Amino acid sequence: MTAYLLKRLAISLATLVLASIVVFAVLEILPGDPARLMLGMNASADQVELLRNQMGLNAPLLLRYLHWAGGLLSLDFGRSYTYSVPVIDLVRERLAVSLPLALIALALSTVIAIPVGLFSASRRGRAGDTISMGAAQLGVAVPNFWFALMLIYVFAVWLRLVPAGGFPGWSAGIWPALKSLLLPAVALALPQAAILARVTRSALIEVLNEDYIRTARAKGLPYRAVLWRHALRNAMIPVLTILGLQFAFLLAGTIIIENVFYLPGLGRLVFQAITQRDLIVVESVVMLLVAAVIAVNLVVDLSYAVVDPRLRSRQ
Amino acid sequence: MTLHIDIPEETMSGILAKAFRNTAFVTGFVITVLILAMALVSYVWTPYDVTKLVIADKTQGPSLAHWFGTDHFGRDILSMIMVGARNSIAVALVAVGIGMGVGVPLGAFAAARGGLIDEALMRVNDLVFAFPALLSAIMITAIFGPGAVNAIIAIGIFNIPVFARVARAGALAIWPREFILAARAAGKSRTQISIEHVLPNIATLLLVQGTIQFALGILAEAGLSYLGLGAQPPMPSWGRMLFDAQTRMVVAPWMAIFPGMAIVITVLGLNLLGDGIADILDPKSRRQR
Repeated sequence: MTAYLLKRLAISLATLVLASIVVFAVLEILPGDPARLMLGMNASADQVELLRNQMGLNAPLLLRYLHWAGGLLSLDFGRSYTYSVPVIDLVRERLAVSLPLALIALALSTVIAIPVGLFSASRRGRAGDTISMGAAQLGVAVPNFWFALMLIYVFAVWLRLVPAGGFPGWSAGIWPALKSLLLPAVALALPQAAILARVTRSALIEVLNEDYIRTARAKGLPYRAVLWRHALRNAMIPVLTILGLQFAFLLAGTIIIENVFYLPGLGRLVFQAITQRDLIVVESVVMLLVAAVIAVNLVVDLSYAVVDPRLRSRQ
Repeated sequence: MTLHIDIPEETMSGILAKAFRNTAFVTGFVITVLILAMALVSYVWTPYDVTKLVIADKTQGPSLAHWFGTDHFGRDILSMIMVGARNSIAVALVAVGIGMGVGVPLGAFAAARGGLIDEALMRVNDLVFAFPALLSAIMITAIFGPGAVNAIIAIGIFNIPVFARVARAGALAIWPREFILAARAAGKSRTQISIEHVLPNIATLLLVQGTIQFALGILAEAGLSYLGLGAQPPMPSWGRMLFDAQTRMVVAPWMAIFPGMAIVITVLGLNLLGDGIADILDPKSRRQR
């Protein structure tokens, strides 16, 4: 177990280091001089050169990488070129939008998907199964930003129940802030729920064919009890895996949705930073997201080993 | 290389009979053929010229003259959807081609060699998977400039590890089989065996994964062109049409409804097709997503 754990940890760390090198290298080849961008087109070459020195842009490549990577470890990401504030402050501010959004979307998708998966699996091959899996098939095909536009049309333009976009900030009160996150969360959750429902169904069907389910039924347990207590529990492993991956996806995958709703989240921050050539912000946010994905994958891997004892002894 | 699919128990006509009874396959196949036909027809005929702006006809609702209405420049939405289909299909298809062309040889090579090479290749795979695909695609198009070609590259790169993983897993299951042993005894090289015996046996897997990635590519292209990073105007693209529609939702909702439906139907058709193929050729290994 310890060996397995250590190996996974080592691989994750190596992936993280490699990823940081890739991110740094890719942004090195981005065209556009940040110093020139900050000073505008009228600045003289001397001024630009001075600022480049101040920003440390003229230091050797390796030195700049080490400086940057060291900063990442101590959560000192540097200062944004365009906002002139520490990147960590920007990230903290934007996470206050993106993290709740991702969590609400994940909760919504789980609350929809698990019952639908259960319902479908227990009525396998019957009309209810066909209809709900047809709906799931449709849900997978819907681009979330188009679904978002349709939601805006119905609930914001037509019914006027929620704002069409923007974010009042948490200081405006919990309810107004939550209200403006509601449509984006629903838009994000639907395609995720469709995928999750399909996974839940197929995992359940696999488990329902197992001998211990037949034994549980044979000893007289009602079907409902078997389904909830025995089948769902065992089917949770693949479901949790997908949930972990979806959470990582949601943190990064909100870029388009945040643009649709004009939400000041992490996705919008990184998108604007890319178009404004604010390299420090891009590097930091991308690395944070990559670290999040790697961490979630690691947790998922480890939970596999915890749940399934066979995995522990093999490695 | 001739690609002959090894189907020991079933005959080709048996498979066809099964295919016609499979609702998912038939529905998916019909939808996919219709969308492809629509894209092809757009090369020779569209109801209206999509490059001509008729301001007098701007933002008209659906009518007999314009079935899906017109946009803010008076262009016919149906014609734009037809031309946009070309772009979506071309981008997604070439991106799948890149993914297969690079990923499958890598995966097959890793499986054939094993050991350190396999381990190294899979670690590189892990590395690519650690990057949120959409974010990286945005970065790639931002670095090299927006446009259809860069969208293809951005989406294609992320198809590579997917196909590498599928090909490797499939090949690893084939390698211990007896006919491989026979081929090795006959003195064939690992590369020869990979091409002649392993590839034909994982073709089904790759075909199914291909339809999935095709569908995902359509969605990704729509997302990129919505952000303004895909095909550039005046070339119509589905994502760009949705972007233009957003600020005009109140006066012209049809500008958003129809292009979105085009995306949904195309992706739905491809997913059904993939499900159907997986079901017909290999009922045991139903794909899970």
